[in-house]
Amino acid sequence: MIRTVSTKEIENCVYRLARKAGLTLTDACRNALQAAKLQETGAAEFALSTVLENEICAKREQMPVCQDTGMSVVFLELGQDVTLTGKPLQTAVNDGVRRAYADGNFRKSICDPLTRVNTGDNTPAHIHTEIVEGNQIKVTFLPKGFGSENMSRLYMLTPAEGKNGILNAIVSTVKEAGSRPCPPVYVGVGIGGAFDSCAMLAKKALLRDVGSVNARSDVAAIEREALERINSLGIGAQGFGGKITALGVSCEIAPTHIAGLPVAVNIQCHCVRCEKEVLK
Amino acid sequence: MKLTLPLSQQQADNLRAGDSVLLSGTIYTARDCAHKLIFELLDKGEPLPFPLKDAFIYYAGPCPAPEGKASGSCGPTTSARMNSFAPRLLDLGLGGMIGKGGMSEETRQAIARNKRVYFAAIGGAGALYGNAVKKSECVAFPHLLSEAVYRFEVKDFPLVVAIDSRGNTIY
Repeated sequence: MIRTVSTKEIENCVYRLARKAGLTLTDACRNALQAAKLQETGAAEFALSTVLENEICAKREQMPVCQDTGMSVVFLELGQDVTLTGKPLQTAVNDGVRRAYADGNFRKSICDPLTRVNTGDNTPAHIHTEIVEGNQIKVTFLPKGFGSENMSRLYMLTPAEGKNGILNAIVSTVKEAGSRPCPPVYVGVGIGGAFDSCAMLAKKALLRDVGSVNARSDVAAIEREALERINSLGIGAQGFGGKITALGVSCEIAPTHIAGLPVAVNIQCHCVRCEKEVLK
Repeated sequence: MKLTLPLSQQQADNLRAGDSVLLSGTIYTARDCAHKLIFELLDKGEPLPFPLKDAFIYYAGPCPAPEGKASGSCGPTTSARMNSFAPRLLDLGLGGMIGKGGMSEETRQAIARNKRVYFAAIGGAGALYGNAVKKSECVAFPHLLSEAVYRFEVKDFPLVVAIDSRGNTIY
């Protein structure tokens, strides 16, 4: 059944999700940090305790958990039986971001890449729109920090490199990143697709809960083996040394060309913030 | 261990990589853009926005302050991006730096040569650090917004000694 939705509703939804995401870790992330803390001692344990205490402080003081309130990445799954009315969709999303970042005292971190002049309101958001079946709209808000984004990599492997090549790409990206992206990290991996869509798969992998498992058993095996190898690197929380260098590895897969094997590794810091809502 | 800035040479020398401290006193925020502008001032021989001698730079860019608070959330940013700036500032008398993650071999040597300290703040703990800022004043480059230089009075910043005055490192 065709349903009419005002883009103002989407703007308000983006606003709600952004405000909440800035102040809250996902439940799965918090659980993983608590479990990691039990396994560590010394400076790594101190770092993890501080991070957990910080979230309580953020809630109490209504301050963002991390000052890097990120680039506003917005995924929209738009049912094809929805008719949108009101201001243009892109304007609505950006208006939601603008209001949330002003009202929430969030940092505005978006600038021109050459002049470095700040846009002043954290727009434009990175909006990814997918047309899906049905008449619902799903909005996902991912505030993406750049200490970790900077450590992300794309590899165009050859088909011959296969599973081992994929594992090496994932593990070497995390190893090279070392202490810089705020470990323990969450690793989003794209396997297949092309130069552009592979990177998008990696970002989409980060929308999954920390600790979730890919439905395909061969992909799940890569997630499991990569995590084991990463956690044997010894980097630990904040690079202070320890058993837990990553909270999880999530892989997403898509068909690719017979000549290639693209692998994208998108690094997320331990401050996993991601909020979702379905407008029914 | 509680410490108040400025550090005496003896206090600095007593610190060992891996030690946890609660640091209080005056620090200055500066990130990529502010460092670039500070270097332009140095190259032109013009006065700096704050005296470098024994000062501590905090690699950070705060969120706006909510009403009634000195600062918004303000955890550390990745120090490695400032590797090209830190050695020269240390040689000019900088007391040390606070940031997150490891720094280059060149920076480590400059810390040891000048017997200074690099503290690691815990990345992702922005609310805790922001709450520990008791006073804040923008002292340079306000057009850079969160990337401007702020003078902070901080109380009990939870830090780990990441590179000590002998050049030992936790990483």
